[in-house]
Amino acid sequence: MARTVPTGTKLGWTIAAWIVALLIFFPILYTIVTSFKSETEAIAGFNLVPSGTLESYREVQSQYNYFKPFMNSVIIAVGSTILALLVAIPAAWSMAFSPTRRTKDILMWMLSTKMMPAVAVLVPMYLIFRDWGLLDSRIGLTVMLMLINLPIVVWMLYTYFREIPGEILEAARMDGATLWGEIVYVLTPMAVPGIASTLLLNIILAWNEAFWTIRLTTTNAAPLTAFIVSFSSPQGLFWAKLSAASTLAIAPILVLGWFSQKQLVRGLTFGAVK
Amino acid sequence: MRLHAIILGLCSASAIAFGAHAESITIATVNNGDMVRMQKLTDDFTASNPDIQLQWVTLEENVLRERVTTDIATRGGQYDVMTIGTYEVPIWAKQDWLLPLDNLGDDYDAGDIIPAIAGGLSLDGKLYAAPFYGESSFVMYRKDLMEKAGLTMPEAPTWEFIADAARKMTDRASDINGICLRGKAGWGENIAFLTAMANSFGARWFDENWQPQFDQPEWKNTLQFYIDLMNDAGPQGASSNGFNENLALFQQGKCGMWIDATVAASFVSNPTDSTVADKVGYALAPDNGLGKRGNWLWAWSLAIPAGTQKAEAARKFVAWATSKEYLELVASKEGWANVPPGTRTSLYENPEYQQAAPFARMTLDSINSADPTHPTVKPVPYVGVQFVAIPEFQGLGTTVGQLFSAALAGQSGVDDALAAAQTAAVREMTRAGYIK
Repeated sequence: MARTVPTGTKLGWTIAAWIVALLIFFPILYTIVTSFKSETEAIAGFNLVPSGTLESYREVQSQYNYFKPFMNSVIIAVGSTILALLVAIPAAWSMAFSPTRRTKDILMWMLSTKMMPAVAVLVPMYLIFRDWGLLDSRIGLTVMLMLINLPIVVWMLYTYFREIPGEILEAARMDGATLWGEIVYVLTPMAVPGIASTLLLNIILAWNEAFWTIRLTTTNAAPLTAFIVSFSSPQGLFWAKLSAASTLAIAPILVLGWFSQKQLVRGLTFGAVK
Repeated sequence: MRLHAIILGLCSASAIAFGAHAESITIATVNNGDMVRMQKLTDDFTASNPDIQLQWVTLEENVLRERVTTDIATRGGQYDVMTIGTYEVPIWAKQDWLLPLDNLGDDYDAGDIIPAIAGGLSLDGKLYAAPFYGESSFVMYRKDLMEKAGLTMPEAPTWEFIADAARKMTDRASDINGICLRGKAGWGENIAFLTAMANSFGARWFDENWQPQFDQPEWKNTLQFYIDLMNDAGPQGASSNGFNENLALFQQGKCGMWIDATVAASFVSNPTDSTVADKVGYALAPDNGLGKRGNWLWAWSLAIPAGTQKAEAARKFVAWATSKEYLELVASKEGWANVPPGTRTSLYENPEYQQAAPFARMTLDSINSADPTHPTVKPVPYVGVQFVAIPEFQGLGTTVGQLFSAALAGQSGVDDALAAAQTAAVREMTRAGYIK
């Protein structure tokens, strides 16, 4: 029987949840608000009511063609995610259903690569990209982001796959399913919520990645992170323009997150309750 | 109909052929008003150079510095023209990373470049970067508040006068701070100001043998004077204030004086953004009677990396962007007040410019009074007024900047900050091989 929660407690938790959510969302909200201010207003101090001017958006658009970095972001984020899933699904399958003595060590090793600061390998990576002709190329950046996010993707998928009873796969095998058929027709459909949330999370991570995307691109492959950084200035007022550029850059991913939140939550809590 | 098709076909073919032959050069630049304006005016360049296409990469100053340094050190070849400052030019030229700019064309008039600026961008008498925009620092002050305090600002004030005026102008009840100075940590932030200030107090970063000098009385006098002044007459939270924060304070009428880049004059005197536009006066940076003023020298300049495959096209662009004709182009499109300042002597002789920019003469005097090759009272083994032109300075300057910023915030004493700066500098200079 379900436990009855008193209305007061429920209300208290709801209010607390709203406060926490607002605190987390506040920097984004203030960025959006600031984008509708003039530069003088933006630097004048805390104020949640903007004058509503679109001047910063006009300036941003006149300085930079938004469409090109937007398309680069889409291609790099989606491309690296698909590539990562293609590699990670078979890898996670083998680790989840055919573990060996070394599986845990391999998983830990993969995760440990995330612990190294990116700047430590900047020069070697730059030289590799230069020698292979990958500087300022979308292919180079797509592969780079795939490799960066691969440990997280493998780990997430491994966790989801572990929740799927092995007996179901055994039954499929007894029914004559091949290895490929087992992965494609049995495992993948059962893990769709997990794969979907991994996909969405990976797109968000790739979209927001700023270290490599700024340093390995110039004009052709520069994504929205490079677009944002071009509006920061050492001398002069730039907060409103920077906020407008940031709003334009995060808008697509915010919309994606909003529409897929049900899927994201479902995927992230997948397997939490057996 | 057929004729139309043939003409259209020929046009398309020639367009394709033209596109195939057009050379594209990539220019790395910093985001400031003058650079953005240049990007908007590039049609003028491409009209007279139809075989050259321009690709722009605009970055925040620190990101730009890191990116172009990585690229030039690894000969990545990503950029054909780089926007760099007076700090990088002598270091990179010594490494043979830059092409000398001694042939920018017969009509370029390199002799018109302001000598102090040209000196900061040259090595062994050769120009390695062409200045696009130059600046020094000076005092911007509120004439009305100065008058209210019963004082008259001299053209060349002393630090003693500045401190006295700042304390008299301070009115905490009305939210007016006598003086606003940089406090934010960073080699290009508080260290730029404090190094220039220290020069006028007789201090120096290193002696002739590269021994750090923070344990000398001149540095103690500088830092103690600065912190006392800021405590008595500076704004709250000054240890977080850089150029932009002080600009906002001054524009909102909350500073009696502000000592910072000469380029700020165009911002504080612009009535669209500044509430005190008609009340601002200008004076040279202060001194202590030792022969050096507390002003710096900086120029954003265009340089061509040695690794470029498109040196000729890059040279044409640099010559165009830093020419006298470019200044006239900006003036014709956007007015003389918007012309990039601080690079050419002829600009300051132009009566139209003098009228549009009332701070022009003081800017030129400030630039001319800075000497990057002899920046200090005592001799030093380095060049650079507000920096030391060695590769190690960025890291060391920022470390020392953090120590001084902490002292300003009251987290440590002046003696402790200087002792820690001395230790850090000795360690870094020993590690880098300057101290044997």
